[in-house]
Amino acid sequence: MKRIVSLKINGRTVEDVIPDNLLLIDFLRDRQALTGAKKGCDGGECGACTVLVDGRPRLSCITLTAKCGGADIETIEGQAQNGRLSALQRAFHENLGAQCGFCTPGMIIAAEGLLRENPDPDVNDIKAALGGNLCRCTGYVKIIKSVQAAAAEATQ
Amino acid sequence: MTEAMPQFQLIEPSTVDEAVAALQDAPGAVLCAGGTDLVVQLRQGLSDPGTLVNLSGVAALSTVEETNKGLRVGAGVTLAEIAGMEAVANGYPAVAKAAQSVAGPSHREVATLGGNLCLDTRCVYFNQSHWWRKSNSFCLKNRGDICHVAPKGNRCRAAFSGDMAPALMVHGAEIEIAGANGVRRIALADFYHEDGAEHINLEPCEIVVAAHLPPPGPTSDYEKIRVRGSIDFPLAGVAVACNKLDDGTAQFTVAVTGTNSKPLLVELPGDLNAEEPNDAFFATLEKQVQKAVSPQRTTTIAPHYRRLSVSALTVRLAEGLL
Repeated sequence: MKRIVSLKINGRTVEDVIPDNLLLIDFLRDRQALTGAKKGCDGGECGACTVLVDGRPRLSCITLTAKCGGADIETIEGQAQNGRLSALQRAFHENLGAQCGFCTPGMIIAAEGLLRENPDPDVNDIKAALGGNLCRCTGYVKIIKSVQAAAAEATQ
Repeated sequence: MTEAMPQFQLIEPSTVDEAVAALQDAPGAVLCAGGTDLVVQLRQGLSDPGTLVNLSGVAALSTVEETNKGLRVGAGVTLAEIAGMEAVANGYPAVAKAAQSVAGPSHREVATLGGNLCLDTRCVYFNQSHWWRKSNSFCLKNRGDICHVAPKGNRCRAAFSGDMAPALMVHGAEIEIAGANGVRRIALADFYHEDGAEHINLEPCEIVVAAHLPPPGPTSDYEKIRVRGSIDFPLAGVAVACNKLDDGTAQFTVAVTGTNSKPLLVELPGDLNAEEPNDAFFATLEKQVQKAVSPQRTTTIAPHYRRLSVSALTVRLAEGLL
């Protein structure tokens, strides 16, 4: 079964004919060439595929594209504006929050979801918001520090 | 993992009646709400329904009503919403805590109350990829004819791992079920039975519509053990409610998840004189929980550890609620 789906990706309206069983991660990576969101565990356990759907973090590897009709989707590719990195991207870069980098798009998007809802989070808020994102380099300290730095910059 | 997604048709009803009709039209169709567990099952070849009925567009399922009869929470309300609701946090703390502790934050954004109550049972021999299960001759719950957990038994031992059910049960919740013959309401505890392959009492073409909580009374709490502090399903979890009476006694209600094929209300030793909490009561409470639960080799963690942990958690919560 196929259908026409219309949704916004990083501010751009996209229309496509998709099968009902197409996962959002495959739609983004294979059809839109947005390969920033990663397929890590491929089963909703690692958070590397996190994107924002209507401003809230969602796991694109367990989300059906057919259920996203009319939604506003933001990926890591849409975070930099006019060639300038977002506050979180810059903070991750400056504080060495990206290590091997595989989990970073998911981390930044999950943190972006947090900061939009709570611009001044404490460490526990950050840990809770990133609870669904795994880093196999296991350097969570610098990731948390990066989110704190971005929050501090935004609230200055 | 990484099997191709099976082909299916996604039907999108906008009312409960349309959803029931869709289930009647397509025998074998499966309901899909948040899909956080179902999509993974589809990918692992554990389900190939042909038709999915998407409940996300049924607005009537996403309502919450607070009346003098208590709180009615629609089955389509997300766990993130439940965790953030003041009425839940104040009146039914165990429910809020259970909702807040399910999986990770991105799961809770879409996972629903109904989905968690109807969560399929889990087992280390079942929640595996197709090739893994095939190389092990499948199992009683899926395609096979032997339960690898208890090969001499005659039923599936997969464990129920939902967090919401025990928390709602200690508050005496009921659930509302809609079907072709109208709506029925039963105690949540009666919704389940002890068979991992067939653990919920839902007739064909029926849909869980809402949970009803009586007006707030007892205080409560919920705690669980898992391998990681986030994302994982519980190895075992327990909800405890404490009703303090005017005569100084305290009545406890305990419900356990993750240890049996259904969430389990535990029979308790009696009331405790809250003025003078005594070690003997808590020791008996601990023993009762250990006796009631029957964790099996359904996880990588030893059953005995889960039995001891869940009883110790029960005592910890009960002491904290006094």
